[in-house]
Amino acid sequence: MTLALAGSEAAARLDKSLAAGIAGLNPDSLLVKSEFLFDIAAFLKDEPGLNFNYLVHITAIDYCDYFELVYHLVSLKHNHSLVIKTRCTDRKTPTIPSVVSLWRGAELQEREIFDLMGINFEGHPNMKRIFLWEGFQGHPLRKDFTDGS
Amino acid sequence: MEVGKGHVYSGAELDIHEGKMIEELKERSRDIIPDPDSWLTDELRQNILLTTVDAALNWARRTAIWPVISFPACCAFEFMGAAASRFDISRFGMEIVRASPRQADLMITAGTLTWKMAPQIKRLYDQMAEPKWVIAMGACGISGGVFKGSYSVVPGYNHIVPVDVYVPGCPPRPEALLYGIQMLREKIKRRKSFVEEKK
Repeated sequence: MTLALAGSEAAARLDKSLAAGIAGLNPDSLLVKSEFLFDIAAFLKDEPGLNFNYLVHITAIDYCDYFELVYHLVSLKHNHSLVIKTRCTDRKTPTIPSVVSLWRGAELQEREIFDLMGINFEGHPNMKRIFLWEGFQGHPLRKDFTDGS
Repeated sequence: MEVGKGHVYSGAELDIHEGKMIEELKERSRDIIPDPDSWLTDELRQNILLTTVDAALNWARRTAIWPVISFPACCAFEFMGAAASRFDISRFGMEIVRASPRQADLMITAGTLTWKMAPQIKRLYDQMAEPKWVIAMGACGISGGVFKGSYSVVPGYNHIVPVDVYVPGCPPRPEALLYGIQMLREKIKRRKSFVEEKK
């Protein structure tokens, strides 16, 4: 069975230069600062002992005070998994670094999050709506979304 | 429109065109298209004035209704159940489900319709040759069902196309669909093409 790494286990194996990016450790996840997200993700992917070469999915949650993004990573080589989370407090123009250049599978999922939550992924090759049409007003999965009707 | 301003995110002509098309259709589809149900009220007159030509034509039409493929969601599975050997709609001469709307007479709207899909359904309907009929299958097809009031779901196919028969259920059993088809056959039976409407 796939071994789920605790936040502290993953944090202990992180490079020293990335230690400043850790914002919190949970038994089930590793909370990182959004500006360090890309560097930490790249390290988790490339470090031979960790080698998270597969991104299972990304999701976003609106907690009203902040947005939280959840990344589920799996290493097909070592058969272990890790959950990393990051937060974004800016509601007006929330911006998170894109991980498309690391895991190509993130492309459509980041577009979906952009479409429904309005989170902008910096560095995404094609940041536009995916389910809704151009000209749709607002981002419907936000807690403060109103239809207008 | 400028990319990155307001609600415009894509500069691609295709996206902008699609967005405009959907917004226009949404604006036009605020009101429900009235059901073509006049045949119910003047039943007697229609029965009396039916000509032999009409009777022959209607027999031909109702015994070979070919549905078009327009199944956006889960009611399609009940349609498949109805089409397969157990319930077998080929008993009514409709075993051929056409991939081309130009060869079809009936649209069975099996499933939830989103605004993004609505222009395509409208186009399918417009491409079907007259005479044509529509069965709204399932709660979503009738009124939007559990998704009524959602930001992306059309509250009933009758905002987009005129509906002849409504089959309730979520999803309706194949028996219910068969009953709906029988009702439609009854309607086609009373159709008159060659008799002038008396005011």
